[in-house]
Amino acid sequence: MSAATDPVQAASALAVDIQNGIAVATLDVPDASVNVLDAQVVAEFASFLDRVDRDAAVRAVVLMSGKPENFIAGADIEQFNALRTAHDGEELSRRGQALMSRLEHLRVPVVAAIHGACLGGGLEAAIACSYRIVTDHPKSVLAAPEVQLGIFPGAGGTQRLPRLIGLRAALDLMLTGRNVRARKALQLGLVDEMVHPSILREIAVDRARQLADGTLARSRGRASRGVAGVLLEDNPLGRRLIFSRARAGALAKTMGNYPAPIAAIDAVRAGYELGRDRGYAEEARLFGEMAVSEVSRQLVYLFFATTALKKDSGTAVAAAPLPVRKLGILGAGFMGAGIASVAAMQGVIVRLKDAEYGRVAKGLAAVSAVIGERVQKKQITRRQFEDQMSLVGGTTDYAGFSSCDLVIEAVFEDIDLKQRVLQEAEQVMPSDAIYASNTSTIPISRIAEVSKRPEQVLGMHFFSPVHKMPLLEVIVTPRTTAVATSTAVAFGKKLGKHVIVVNDGPGFYTTRTLAAFLNEAGYLLDEGVSIEALDRALIDFGFPVGPITLMDEVGLDVGAKVATVLRDAFGDRLTPSQSLSRVVASGRLGRKGGSGFYRYDAPGGKKTGVDDTIYALLPTGTNRTEIPVLEMQQRCVLAMVNEAARCLEEGILRSARDGDVGAVFGIGFPPFRGGPFRYVDSVGLAHIVRQLEVYHGRFAPRFEPARILHDRAAQGGGRWLD
Amino acid sequence: MESYGRNGRRVALVAGLRTPFAKAGTILKPMSAQDLGRAVVAELLERTTLDPGEIDIIVFGTVVPSVLAPNIAREVALLPMMPKDIPAFTVSRACASANQAITDAADQIVLGHADVAIAGGAESLSNVPILHSRRFADVLVRASKAKSLGARVSAFSHVRPRDLVPVTPAIAEPSTGETMGQSAEKMAKLNHIPREEQDQFALRSHRLAAAGTQDGRLTSEIMPLFVSPSYEAWATTDNGVRTDTSLEQLAALKPVFDRRYGSVTAGNSSPLTDGGAAVILMSEEKARSLGMQPIAYLRSYAYAALDPGEQLLQAPVFAAPKALERAGLTLANIDLVEMHEAFAAQVLSNLQGFESRAWAARAGLSQPMGEVDRSRLNVMGGSIAIGHPFGATGARITTTLAHELKRRGGQFGLMTVCAAGGMGFAMVLENAA
Repeated sequence: MSAATDPVQAASALAVDIQNGIAVATLDVPDASVNVLDAQVVAEFASFLDRVDRDAAVRAVVLMSGKPENFIAGADIEQFNALRTAHDGEELSRRGQALMSRLEHLRVPVVAAIHGACLGGGLEAAIACSYRIVTDHPKSVLAAPEVQLGIFPGAGGTQRLPRLIGLRAALDLMLTGRNVRARKALQLGLVDEMVHPSILREIAVDRARQLADGTLARSRGRASRGVAGVLLEDNPLGRRLIFSRARAGALAKTMGNYPAPIAAIDAVRAGYELGRDRGYAEEARLFGEMAVSEVSRQLVYLFFATTALKKDSGTAVAAAPLPVRKLGILGAGFMGAGIASVAAMQGVIVRLKDAEYGRVAKGLAAVSAVIGERVQKKQITRRQFEDQMSLVGGTTDYAGFSSCDLVIEAVFEDIDLKQRVLQEAEQVMPSDAIYASNTSTIPISRIAEVSKRPEQVLGMHFFSPVHKMPLLEVIVTPRTTAVATSTAVAFGKKLGKHVIVVNDGPGFYTTRTLAAFLNEAGYLLDEGVSIEALDRALIDFGFPVGPITLMDEVGLDVGAKVATVLRDAFGDRLTPSQSLSRVVASGRLGRKGGSGFYRYDAPGGKKTGVDDTIYALLPTGTNRTEIPVLEMQQRCVLAMVNEAARCLEEGILRSARDGDVGAVFGIGFPPFRGGPFRYVDSVGLAHIVRQLEVYHGRFAPRFEPARILHDRAAQGGGRWLD
Repeated sequence: MESYGRNGRRVALVAGLRTPFAKAGTILKPMSAQDLGRAVVAELLERTTLDPGEIDIIVFGTVVPSVLAPNIAREVALLPMMPKDIPAFTVSRACASANQAITDAADQIVLGHADVAIAGGAESLSNVPILHSRRFADVLVRASKAKSLGARVSAFSHVRPRDLVPVTPAIAEPSTGETMGQSAEKMAKLNHIPREEQDQFALRSHRLAAAGTQDGRLTSEIMPLFVSPSYEAWATTDNGVRTDTSLEQLAALKPVFDRRYGSVTAGNSSPLTDGGAAVILMSEEKARSLGMQPIAYLRSYAYAALDPGEQLLQAPVFAAPKALERAGLTLANIDLVEMHEAFAAQVLSNLQGFESRAWAARAGLSQPMGEVDRSRLNVMGGSIAIGHPFGATGARITTTLAHELKRRGGQFGLMTVCAAGGMGFAMVLENAA
């Protein structure tokens, strides 16, 4: 799926070439990199179908794309923002259903010739055709990613897809939104043939002719496969089992926070149990509900926010980024190795340096594990793995750093160490190379104090594990040049990250707001809540893990260090809780040490439950009290939201949008709530300020509303973001 | 005669690097020759500021080629940091294969066909191909061509147990059936090289190599190698060099090839070794325009051969004077000599041959080449201690000679390499300083 570009399109999106009775319709939306099904394209497509109906000379149709590596990227997401009521959404779905139904029952057969991404509405169109051919190209992927936007296939897909590829496979595609490559699509029966791109059109035309002649039967799909398929999918009892399992799985995975997967299951189920017409009706009704749901609104908002970030150079003045062909990494620990992995996967040459060979070897093994996972998942070949690994050279000196374009330091969080390695690196780096610290807390200006070229120094704060976490926080000082910033931003995007640029300050944006959240959790422990109850409450709010588990994950020593830096910077507001201080003093390190607030079966191992002996260390001892879930949630979340607002007020953040993206993709703020600023918008600014004031009354100096919140509320300020 | 590269296309050696050399079956066992070659070239490139787009040609040597990647040079050239349009070929001239790679690349530069070349070699003697017997191979071929399951099964019905015994490659001369060690043993006898002299020479090799490792002269040419695919182990030095060996220990070893009257032992022979090595060559002009400082120039080279049934490893005696003549030099001009040490008996036979009127006469020379000053010979040890990955050794020796010549401020260096098939190689390097 993708956003539509300018809706004013003078030129035609659909070129039709009729030869020997075969109409080849080539979709090529003008002035767009991908084909998106917006209202205009849909109208043009409908009139093409009219023409086919009228023109008896047309015996068959081939539908293909004129874009180099894209078939159809999906429906126009912009149009969802225009939906006001569930009824509007239902109507939209019905129009989509009608169009696809027309395609399916067209007077003549239609062959979909798929090269490049075939997503969402594109997939809906493809499966409504009589026959599908896909190219054996890595860019040829098929998917139904609608759930990622809080909706589901609403143009008949919930009815058509299960009947084409079977119930379980269809639910899997619709509930996960995952990409299916050409070979897998062929195996699933999602397509009928796979060919080389150079013969796609030729074969498609041949097949269209054969379908018209009746020498080739229309693809009918293979709804059930294998013994399990027959046993499960071909009878109502088996299907009931599949539905109930899918529902339980979806509920467990979404924690009940995302209604779209459940709605999709219900729509599919209606089609099976009440007949296809009722299925279509149910699909449209549920689609309408989902399309205007708060969850979908927030997910669509995040989609547009991240799309906008892709086009954001991160600088106020335009500055062309420098190419980063070769990257130096200082520190081969978990972060350094993680950064090396994602860089090597993008073809960047990496020098991975650490003080000892053993540490470098461990780092290389970690890189190999990350890239090797892609071999296991058959995303790359063994040779591609070897190639990517050969880009990463390990060293204990600065050999090879003299031609690095960018050096990222990922050593232990210690200012003296960080300053020392910066000075060492600057001895060997080219004079125009950029130096970045992957610190999570230490102000970049302090690290840059010892630099010969502080204008080329900035922060690149990656999140762990680097290959999974989608955020990069680029931190700039007043001295950082625009070129350095745009280079770091462009490089982050190349690594597939959402990149936000923030101004320098203790803890920058993400660490600071997360610290406020964790700190409040610590205070709740001081007051006597149980660890399980606290973690549970925040998971129920939508965080992926609870705050106490997160502290264990991050490492209690690291947490303590961060807490100290922030207390020094922000005073009483961020004074560490006694609980954290005492547990740290006891020498527990968290998961990596095998013992923290929770027990682990081994250092770095699996969590096996709360360590009950820990309560003896806490201020309130083993006597635990209960605090209402709502209060636990509010206090932690408000502490975070308030701190985010301060970051905006102080100019650490450039925009509320960056704050939302940073919190959702960096520190686990629930995506269905859109981010801290969208959360304020949806709860209401005045309400948030009132809540803060109430808690401030109880826990001053904590919870004093950020000036920016207070003032905006006083002025009757509206939403941050539309 | 205009000497080599004096047509305005002098060939400069601008960089050289190798992996640590490790005895076969030890730490580098998990890596194939291809892995070793790619590792050393990747690191060599990353240590220089050379833009890979400048590379015109890649030549690699290997002696026991992989069945899966017969043209190892092309696999090296397809490293991801290089453009895909660098032609590459693999050469084989036994233990002088890397020398062959270097001279082939250099010839292309002299001819004006190339300006920048990477040449080297790699060998994994831990990973030699083990073959099926002829009969079993026939069965497999027949089965693969069978059109039905029945035919496929029936193809296997004729297999006898002895057909399943695999065939391992022997390091034997195809023409004589003589192994390399047997040839060295024969040379020791023909040239009357006493056991003690051989052991003394081996001891010298280890001591000098140990000193070169200790003071960093050798290690400066060695990349730290992290052993793929697990990366659990790494090597930074050669594991065959022994700091603790003594003449007594060497004397205690039993002769391998003639248990009764022999003198060639595991201690005075080079071991089977895994490793890779490579150099960057450029036309002098190109090096200047890229701002790269040459270490040495290739002044001349020569190959020679004799009857492998006679003294298999004695051809350096013919090659060295030829190379000197082509360089317009005599041994007196040579500041440093690097000789490949396949066996102590071979080095000592070669040295004897350099001084011999009889060998000089056979070479058509009026005078023998002369006596090599031992203090200038293999000053950081040689293949006996360091090890001998067949395809890589020539590039190791070239790099070592160039670096040491530079360190010592000498002007000319001579290297010799003996090779199976009764062949020999010699090259003269000139300090670029």
